[in-house]
Amino acid sequence: MPVQRVKFYQTGSFVVGNRLLPAEQRTVQSDTQRTNALTSGHRACQGCGEALGARYVVDAAMRAADGKVIAVNATGCLEVFSTPYPETSWQVPWMHSLFGNAPAVATGVAAALRAKGRTDVRVIGQGGDGSTVDIGFGVLSGMFERNDDVLYVCYDNEAYMNTGIQRSGATPPAARTMTTQAVGPEPGNAFGQGKNLPALAMAHEIGYVATATVADLRDLEHKVHRAMGLRGARYLHVLVPCPLGWGIPSGHTVRMARLATRSGIFPVFEAEHGEVTDVSPIRHRVDVEEYLRPQKRYSHLFSPEPRRDMIDALQARADRNIRRFGLLDARAAGEGDRDPAAGADTCCCAPCAGPRSPRGNESPCRSGSPCQNEEQS
Amino acid sequence: MERPFAITLDVGTSLANRTGSWRTQRPVYSTSIPPCNAACPAGENCQAWLYAAEEGDYRTAWDRIMQDNPLPAVMGRVCYHPCESACNRGHLDEAVGINSVERFLGDLALDKGWTVPAPTTSTGRRVLVVGAGPSGLSAAYHLRRAGHEVQIREAGPVAGGMMRFGIPSYRLPRDVLQAEIRRICDLGVDLLLGCPVTDLRGTMRDEGFDAAFVAVGAHVAKHTEIPAGESARILDAVTLLRSMEGQDRPMLGRRVVVYGGGNTAMDAARTAKRLGATEAVVVYRRTRDRMPAHDVEVEEALQEGVLMRWLSTIRQADEGKVLMERMELDETGFPRPTGEVEELEADTLVLALGQDADLRLLQDVPGVTIEKGVVRVGADFMTGASGIFAGGDMVPSDRTVTVAVGHGRKAAANIDAWLRGTVHRAGPKSEPATFDRLNTWYYSDAPRTVRPVLDAARRRSTFDEVVGGLDESTALFEARRCLSCGNCFECDNCYGVCPDNAVVNLGPGRGYRIDLDYCKGCGICVAECPCGAISMEPENR
Repeated sequence: MPVQRVKFYQTGSFVVGNRLLPAEQRTVQSDTQRTNALTSGHRACQGCGEALGARYVVDAAMRAADGKVIAVNATGCLEVFSTPYPETSWQVPWMHSLFGNAPAVATGVAAALRAKGRTDVRVIGQGGDGSTVDIGFGVLSGMFERNDDVLYVCYDNEAYMNTGIQRSGATPPAARTMTTQAVGPEPGNAFGQGKNLPALAMAHEIGYVATATVADLRDLEHKVHRAMGLRGARYLHVLVPCPLGWGIPSGHTVRMARLATRSGIFPVFEAEHGEVTDVSPIRHRVDVEEYLRPQKRYSHLFSPEPRRDMIDALQARADRNIRRFGLLDARAAGEGDRDPAAGADTCCCAPCAGPRSPRGNESPCRSGSPCQNEEQS
Repeated sequence: MERPFAITLDVGTSLANRTGSWRTQRPVYSTSIPPCNAACPAGENCQAWLYAAEEGDYRTAWDRIMQDNPLPAVMGRVCYHPCESACNRGHLDEAVGINSVERFLGDLALDKGWTVPAPTTSTGRRVLVVGAGPSGLSAAYHLRRAGHEVQIREAGPVAGGMMRFGIPSYRLPRDVLQAEIRRICDLGVDLLLGCPVTDLRGTMRDEGFDAAFVAVGAHVAKHTEIPAGESARILDAVTLLRSMEGQDRPMLGRRVVVYGGGNTAMDAARTAKRLGATEAVVVYRRTRDRMPAHDVEVEEALQEGVLMRWLSTIRQADEGKVLMERMELDETGFPRPTGEVEELEADTLVLALGQDADLRLLQDVPGVTIEKGVVRVGADFMTGASGIFAGGDMVPSDRTVTVAVGHGRKAAANIDAWLRGTVHRAGPKSEPATFDRLNTWYYSDAPRTVRPVLDAARRRSTFDEVVGGLDESTALFEARRCLSCGNCFECDNCYGVCPDNAVVNLGPGRGYRIDLDYCKGCGICVAECPCGAISMEPENR
């Protein structure tokens, strides 16, 4: 008889819940008792990735911190759509001050809690890419440098969406925004500009830096859980597609985040003290074109004439990420990853059944529980 | 109320803001028919019983099969599994081994002695079933469970029909068949063996049967005119396979030629190999892709060393040899002779050219129409004669065990309705759950568990079962490869991916509900449902 792994869960760790998994291995989001930190009735657009990402993160933080979390929010979509005076969608203690000072306010809250001896209450700061990458970067850098006890989360939708889609420092090359028009010899946002904030955060050599997307919930929850288990300055960068700004159907938010990781354009990794410690290998790789083509912000790359040069340049960016982070290294061979039947490369640990960690199975599985690979028959 | 400085409004929650009013379309939970279920001739709900098996709840899974098919252990061995050919997972990696899991469940039930409850009420109606083949047994089982009194009359000495006399024991061990038949009889079905029915109307009248289901099968071998020398040894495949059930094994000699291209031809050739033939050659007048035999059977026969001669007919048979003529296909794909002949050594020529039904018992029944050797029945399986139904190989259809079992089930439903003075109506058919409705990214990559196959060298000489079964762990693995196409399997994805918390989780087994007060109709839940169980419908306002 061929030996088969017993622990196989139909949908592995890829879906939100899994009736075949024991309760303690399920996600926070599958729990009917989840906090719903950002509850219904908020005024985010249909299919908002940021609303989804914020609930994922804060709910996971609430579970990790036993329900004792204070959130400090920068100005931006998330603040505007969730809290039009006097209503709010937040079901956690939540505070908003200015566009550029959220990390500093979070630092202050953390200091106040320290002064009161409340080590049990944890602080998270959060904002969009505008406040994080551009307007509030100075104070964020200060927060990192002082190693203040705050988890800062950036929900990156790659432009200022709230005010009508203006370019930010996180807007990718070639993307059209209202301030980077799709005209001229080099249409869209310029190549060679912008900031890579996860890399900047790593340069501060803080204890924990990670990236995640709304397409891989279990990975995202694992990272929030991990970050909440540490003290000091921590940074989480979450890719949250914006149907309005990216020009995609509202139902394709999660799909687009998934294509961003599958193409390698958005590397998903963890780093500690400036060193990359873990990456999420690409599962079923696609060409970058498959990610670009559905988005209207890139439509000038495909019509009236295909801009092969720019598509190739973006492909080169994705390839560089793949090389730099070893996003395919855990796979057997370069092309093997395109083969859906390449089961040998999936992690053998039970709830995961997903991509194998490059460090093998010595580390705990993404569910946070020990790898059950030992139990295979 | 006293408010702080500069505060003029009370704090409120956004729940006051019914964002559902933005919606132009709404998600609706739907169930569609998975391809396996649509393809199953026996009408099984494969997805439903795999769902139970995924949880390790094998008893529920088996009970679910038994609602449609009383012979899972048999079916898990002899079915040509159209479910697997249709399986959506085939587009992803390999089809789910539905048939293997069914066999595992069937064997487990026999092992544990699981039974289905006997009927608690009696309708007082009596139904006569003629023939104890798969169709008759299936009809008897369903009619009995509906509370009717059922008597099966079988002309042969044992029950099973073609499952016993047509399918070799290396594909279907007799103890398995016997056990599943016994379980049907234990429900209170009266089985009379060696009891042919010659006067159907008379029997029904004299013994008070309210309806009859006739399923006598097709046992009479078709013949073709082959000029033969006096000492040529020719026999037909049906006789060969039937004689395997008796005491004396037939003598075939060292070289056996089988003429025909169906499953029976394969069975005959493989049986010949097992009886000691050094050479078993199948002669078929068309090409392999036109062969009516199923691929698995051809493949297994080839592995066992059976030789195939395509595009050939037998012109003449003599002692120790046959004369073979090469054929070629014309433009329409019809084979025509070329005139090239070739001699082939053959101690025995086995004719496997198909079978006819022996329909003498229906010949004189007024109203019954017999066309091209089979009985014409309506969609309700009733013949032209009121109260007389027919199914299985003797009506126009594919002649497989699975089809016969399906006939039995459908006929039983119609007979039951007819006895109650109503008409059986199948529920409205849902949309098919096609592959493009699935979001397959969510399913773990997992290759199929292949059933162990008896080592070819060993199986050529024995009548041991060729295909082994799965054990529990592999069966569970296989069941969990099911994509649950078109049927919610409670993965919580919709509950998780809604940016507006507008999906309500109703708890295990109860599914979900959309909270239309807050659903903005973005469609993420629809796009991210792995199994395509949510549809988008326009809002009518």
